[in-house]
Amino acid sequence: MSDSPAAASTLTRVPIIDGWFTDDVHAPHLIGSKCPLCGTFVFPPRSGDCPSPFCDSTTLEPTPISRRGKIWSYTENRYTPPPPYVPTEPFEPYALAAVELEAEGLVVLGKVATGVLAADLKVGMEMQLELDVSHRDAEHEYVVYVWAPAAPSTTTTLEGGAA
Amino acid sequence: MSGDKDIAILGVGMHPWGKWGRDFTEYGMVAARAALADANIQWKDVQYVAGADTIRNGYPGFIAGATFAQKLGWSGVRISSSYAACASGAQALDSARAQILAGFCDVALVIGADTTPKGFFAPVGGGDRKADPDWQRFHVLGATNPVYFALFARRRMDMYGATAEDFAQVKVKNSTHGFTNPNARFKKINVIEDVLNSPVVSDPLRLLDICATSDGAAAMIVCSMEFAKKHRALAENTTTDALCRVSAVGTVTPIYPQSVLELPDIASDSTAVVPAPARKYKDSIAWSAYEQAGIGPEDLSLAEVYDLSTALELDWYEHIGLCAEGEAERLLRSGATTIGGKIPVNPSGGLACFGEAIPAQAISQVCELVWQLRGQAGDRQVEGAKVGITANQGLFGHGSSVIVSR
Repeated sequence: MSDSPAAASTLTRVPIIDGWFTDDVHAPHLIGSKCPLCGTFVFPPRSGDCPSPFCDSTTLEPTPISRRGKIWSYTENRYTPPPPYVPTEPFEPYALAAVELEAEGLVVLGKVATGVLAADLKVGMEMQLELDVSHRDAEHEYVVYVWAPAAPSTTTTLEGGAA
Repeated sequence: MSGDKDIAILGVGMHPWGKWGRDFTEYGMVAARAALADANIQWKDVQYVAGADTIRNGYPGFIAGATFAQKLGWSGVRISSSYAACASGAQALDSARAQILAGFCDVALVIGADTTPKGFFAPVGGGDRKADPDWQRFHVLGATNPVYFALFARRRMDMYGATAEDFAQVKVKNSTHGFTNPNARFKKINVIEDVLNSPVVSDPLRLLDICATSDGAAAMIVCSMEFAKKHRALAENTTTDALCRVSAVGTVTPIYPQSVLELPDIASDSTAVVPAPARKYKDSIAWSAYEQAGIGPEDLSLAEVYDLSTALELDWYEHIGLCAEGEAERLLRSGATTIGGKIPVNPSGGLACFGEAIPAQAISQVCELVWQLRGQAGDRQVEGAKVGITANQGLFGHGSSVIVSR
């Protein structure tokens, strides 16, 4: 996931998967679904029936998901995952974290920002959503959401009142 | 301890686990013939075949009951095929149990067999399947199965103070249990250093913390209690072993919201509107079985649980009620879960010694309980075993727990 600015400039930037996050370099967020009837949340986003057995809604609406949460658990991949994962060459170990989002009551699994490994993480640590480059091909640069250690809590007021 | 919803296990059989590279039906035939012989039953007397589905291996789609009915020789027998990921074998047993208890048949064969590729399990089939959650987790995140095992392991470390040595000790214990098991694949007693010196796959789990994928097959002959009594009376001179009965088959699915991130999901359900149930999913699997059997964890002689990783075995101690949450390391260190201890876990050697042969695995857990309860487990015998439980979890909201008693 290392960056080569010269190469990056000629490539078309595309999300690794459609509709899961906003491609906003400064304050990206995940896109989930919310039930218009009972208010429960779903990630990854989808249409169709509300997942709650107590709700009869047959529709879900797109909704932004909080950018900040706390680590539920984490790991670090030391071997290249099999396809359909597209590895970078040479493979570099990378961390993954499952992050608890309080407002939505969701735990969301994501890659962790390049260079931040398991030794840098701890259950309960505050994380923030960022974007990173997953991999490249001849024409594209594929962008993926990642969890990154959050800036110190004094800056959480930048979160639009979330603090 | 007996109930009117019990069925009998007349015979069990397995094909040894390994990496044999042959057609899975060959393994299944060995296991089926062993179970028939153990039960003293002829194939022509089997009225129902409950198969646990085998996927891949050059067959289009799912293959189970009919495959073995044909292989044993078409007899007009009725069949079922069950898919429940790692719990498939227990679902097949549950299907046979329902047929027997409803009076639709007296004698059934329950069978599962698999042959597996090397390395990480990856999504079955090719192509870009962007709406398939299994495709998504590999493509977007590289979230292999060991990634999920590792999330649970790391949580034990940060929350309860588990150490890499604790995880290694589970492997040491299971390898010591299973090394003389004739059906086990890995027959080497490991020491702590073997585990700690093996490479990290998904931190904190090392290669020897994670179960392999194996070829293997397991089968059993089950029947109504009435049939068992008559059948054994006819063979009175040769049948002295205890009659084992299935007292419970728990096959519950999760209750919304599934608040724990489980394989292969990318996110948990939301607890924003509906609070998480008091009993989480992996707890509810065993408790549904306890409720059916009318017993509790204090009544157990032994347990066979799904050690997909060493750390997950510790989770299972808590899920099946052997100790409170956060106490599993202490229970392990006390020696209680080693053969000779208060409640031996995985006397077969578990997945640590077998590796996973998915459709056969839940059946093989029950086979071990039967051998233990009959006193036929040889070097790994749990003295005086009377009641045993199995527990496992599969992908996509599947799980099972079977209680066998004598």
